[in-house]
Amino acid sequence: MSTSAMTPAAEQIAAYVERFTAFHADPAFGSARVRALRELAFAAFAAKGFPTSRDEEYKFTNVSPIAEAPFELQGAAEPSRKALEPFLFDGAIRTQIVIVNGRLSQTLSTMEALPRGVTVEQVADAVIAAPSASVASLAAAPFVALNTAFFSQPVVLMVPPKAIVDEPIQVLFVNTPGEHRMMAATRLLVVAGEQSQLTLVETYAGLAGTGQGFTNAVTDVLLSEGAVVDHYKLQRETASAYHVAAMFVHCGRNANFSSHAFSTGGKLVRNDVFATLDGEGAECTLNGLYLAGGDTLVDNHTSIDHAKAHCPSHEVYKGILSGNAKAVFNGKITVRQDAQKTDAKQTNKALLLSDTASINTKPQLEIFADDVKCTHGAAIGQLDDDAMFYLRARGIAEQDARNILIHAFAGDILNRIKIDAVKARVEAVVYTALEAL
Amino acid sequence: MLLEIKDLRVKAEDKQILKGLNLSVNPGEVHAIMGPNGSGKSTLARILSGHPGYEANGGTVTYDGHDLLALSPEERACEGIFMAFQYPVEIPGVNNAYFLKAALNAVRKHKGLQELDAVEFMQLIKEKIKLLEMDQTMLNRAVNEGFSGGEKKRNEIFHMAVLEPRLAILDETDSGLDIDALKIVANGVNALRSKDRAIIVVTHYQRLLEYIVPDFVHVLSGGLIVRSGGKELALELEEKGYGWLEGGR
Repeated sequence: MSTSAMTPAAEQIAAYVERFTAFHADPAFGSARVRALRELAFAAFAAKGFPTSRDEEYKFTNVSPIAEAPFELQGAAEPSRKALEPFLFDGAIRTQIVIVNGRLSQTLSTMEALPRGVTVEQVADAVIAAPSASVASLAAAPFVALNTAFFSQPVVLMVPPKAIVDEPIQVLFVNTPGEHRMMAATRLLVVAGEQSQLTLVETYAGLAGTGQGFTNAVTDVLLSEGAVVDHYKLQRETASAYHVAAMFVHCGRNANFSSHAFSTGGKLVRNDVFATLDGEGAECTLNGLYLAGGDTLVDNHTSIDHAKAHCPSHEVYKGILSGNAKAVFNGKITVRQDAQKTDAKQTNKALLLSDTASINTKPQLEIFADDVKCTHGAAIGQLDDDAMFYLRARGIAEQDARNILIHAFAGDILNRIKIDAVKARVEAVVYTALEAL
Repeated sequence: MLLEIKDLRVKAEDKQILKGLNLSVNPGEVHAIMGPNGSGKSTLARILSGHPGYEANGGTVTYDGHDLLALSPEERACEGIFMAFQYPVEIPGVNNAYFLKAALNAVRKHKGLQELDAVEFMQLIKEKIKLLEMDQTMLNRAVNEGFSGGEKKRNEIFHMAVLEPRLAILDETDSGLDIDALKIVANGVNALRSKDRAIIVVTHYQRLLEYIVPDFVHVLSGGLIVRSGGKELALELEEKGYGWLEGGR
């Protein structure tokens, strides 16, 4: 069959078939078990290709800028530490795990301060049993399938039972610019043992340069009984970058997972969070703050699956949009039949700074138990005229009044950051991004 | 003269509300503007403070020799005009003390004074907060958020105490207050009376004027000041109601 006779979708897939075939020869292709997983994943991707607006989960998010031309796989690279400094929380975080183009950089990483027993390894086989690699995940999430077919070296962070990691750990994913459209498929697996405790700052950085970068990120966080993980994600890529990420969280009995996701840049940003509360007393907090301006799009899809009884979940997502920016928020909460006494709260707010910015927001509650509390609320609006006048009538200049109100809106999420040193750094990142909005 | 309003005509939402109002206010004076609902009292307060929903379509307002209507709300505030809002706005996420420091420093900067740092500012407001018998914790709460009606009005006068305006306009500051709260607010206002400061008290009821005794009382009706007099005019109004004024216009 000649190329010209193929549909655009088939052409897109064919380009990746070519890359996948070539990837077989790469040592990173992995062990027999990993190979089998990759074949399965690629078949799942190839069966459907990139999602379109006909796909319910991508109804308002047009990924054709990603699909329309194939990406090359990013090779190994070693940027200067100086180039990374704006993204590393030097002074606030000692342990820095730096992943360049999906590969762990030993020279750029600093791991001396890791507590005894906490390990950082690159073991592709470890992801086989992760939730992200399940047949259901691969079938439901085409970008996860694509990542699984092409990831180079998964980074596995293991926290042994009862280990208390009292200093935060930063994992920095950086993509170096290339001449072509380059894809980095990053994979992080965090395993928090029973009663362990960990604070993790996951940062995605884009270095300025030519070409369009595409980060396809998959993270799994597994919390054993009683584990506590405080997770922060900072997505700070360039205005031309594509970022599609999925995080799978599995909470065992009495585990407590909280996540604060900050997104400040990218042409197209899609974050999926799939959290499963799979043990009684497990608790999950998902908070997010996203900024988008110009012609960018940011989409947050969260799914919290209450599989067991007595699990609270809390979710607050806020967006600040300017220009022609578009946002999507889809908050799904599933309460299974056995998940009695579930207490789920979801709030989604967006501040539109222009008349042409827009958001599509959808809460999605699927409740099969009868003794539960589930609440959700959405509020979308512009800056409050009454508040603006009140500030100005006290002497505060119009631009300053706007900034005060916008910072207050963002502060609702920033103030939830539990570690002061991290909060100060994230605040600076958000405030700088707000200025450019 | 601090404020001179001549033949002021004001529209809001395409409705002519003020229809040729005249008023002169000197430093040190307290003027009460009374009148029935819908007479234009709040419109007068809002046009003076620069509310964007109100538009003057005739007349002049001269403040300290300047054309007041040409100034933005923040310029008016920096020039010493203060409005105590009838409905103080709740601003979630903005700390009351932080907000007031930003406001005070904006005013100070405008006057060419050095901005206060956090320590200097806290010293200043600790004095002022006593005046309104307010709890310190109200400083660290979001502006007006979750405040009771009385707390909101006290907070307004507290702002006035800190910003030290030359012309304060109190828009129905008594509405919704119980007698105890009313006394606290009135005491605060009285403590701020001075020979350099003028105060315009807009109110529907005579009750407030028992505690903030005005030098002049003006009755607003149908967009015009229909009667002016001394403090005894308020008592007369209390006795007869507003009806007799409207009938005799």
